[in-house]
Amino acid sequence: MAKLTFKTDKCKGCGLCVDVCPKNVLALATDKINLKGHHPVEAVNEADCIGCAFCATMCPDCIIKVER
Amino acid sequence: MVVFDKPHALADVSMHYCPGCTHGIVHRLVAEVMDELGIEGKAIGIAPVGCSVMAYNYFNCDMIEAAHGRAPAVATGVKRALPENIVFTYQGDGDLASIGMAETVHAAARNENITIIFINNAIYGMTGGQMAPTSLPGQVTQTSPYGRDVNHCGYPIKVCEMLSTLDGAEYLERVAVNNVKNVKNAKKAIKKAFQNQVEGKGFSLVEVVSSCPTNWGLTPQKALEWIDEKMIPYYPLGVYKDRSAESEAK
Repeated sequence: MAKLTFKTDKCKGCGLCVDVCPKNVLALATDKINLKGHHPVEAVNEADCIGCAFCATMCPDCIIKVER
Repeated sequence: MVVFDKPHALADVSMHYCPGCTHGIVHRLVAEVMDELGIEGKAIGIAPVGCSVMAYNYFNCDMIEAAHGRAPAVATGVKRALPENIVFTYQGDGDLASIGMAETVHAAARNENITIIFINNAIYGMTGGQMAPTSLPGQVTQTSPYGRDVNHCGYPIKVCEMLSTLDGAEYLERVAVNNVKNVKNAKKAIKKAFQNQVEGKGFSLVEVVSSCPTNWGLTPQKALEWIDEKMIPYYPLGVYKDRSAESEAK
């Protein structure tokens, strides 16, 4: 299982990572608001993460760290 | 094992770009290349005027802010004074293809040993979405509300094609950052552009077809699709000039 770490307060909630994830691991947290006032991304299904780092590749703000 | 983390050369600050703006991806690719080539300590970046005007805050190498469009001229001076350093400019289309066209063309014609990262998003971003020299025919912008009329405003400038006619330019490639595959190709191109400078080969320019969700009036996701549907057909991706490879082939 891969491990995802987010710098949540730098997330702008653009959702590019959510769209590119092949395993539907990510979602925008519509019940949370970060320091910037956006709904940040969170891993809703981390057990399915394969550590492909597609999310981190497409993240414009470089907030995702991927380990496996 | 860490699969992916922020490159060291990218400053650990929050960038001012709009949500979903691909400037951040290109910043990261440049920083990754600096890390991989081990040139962060001797790299000097030239920031432009435009959305990426504050690029000097986002890289951990030395940075200079140039007057609008004059980044290749500043880079020329820095590189000639400090030939051991690695000098790159990071410019948008309003900076490079509009007011800075003369500097760009002449730097290429002189084969200055510099690296240029050129972001083409077909619009003036920072000033609020006016028509740029690279705006597509028919594209609706603040100053072309009925779409760009080529009879009145002329045709978009294809920078890579135009510079490829110059004998001076060493390496010209157009890439995009609208999906994972294209981002990986963009990184290869940017790495080659820096590697060329390290090897003293000369003028290397990478044009990155990029998105502007805010001024295009699209969501970040739709903006990436728009690149595939509209931008890439008009601005085909590929290597437009690679003089070293051409001379080796002969």
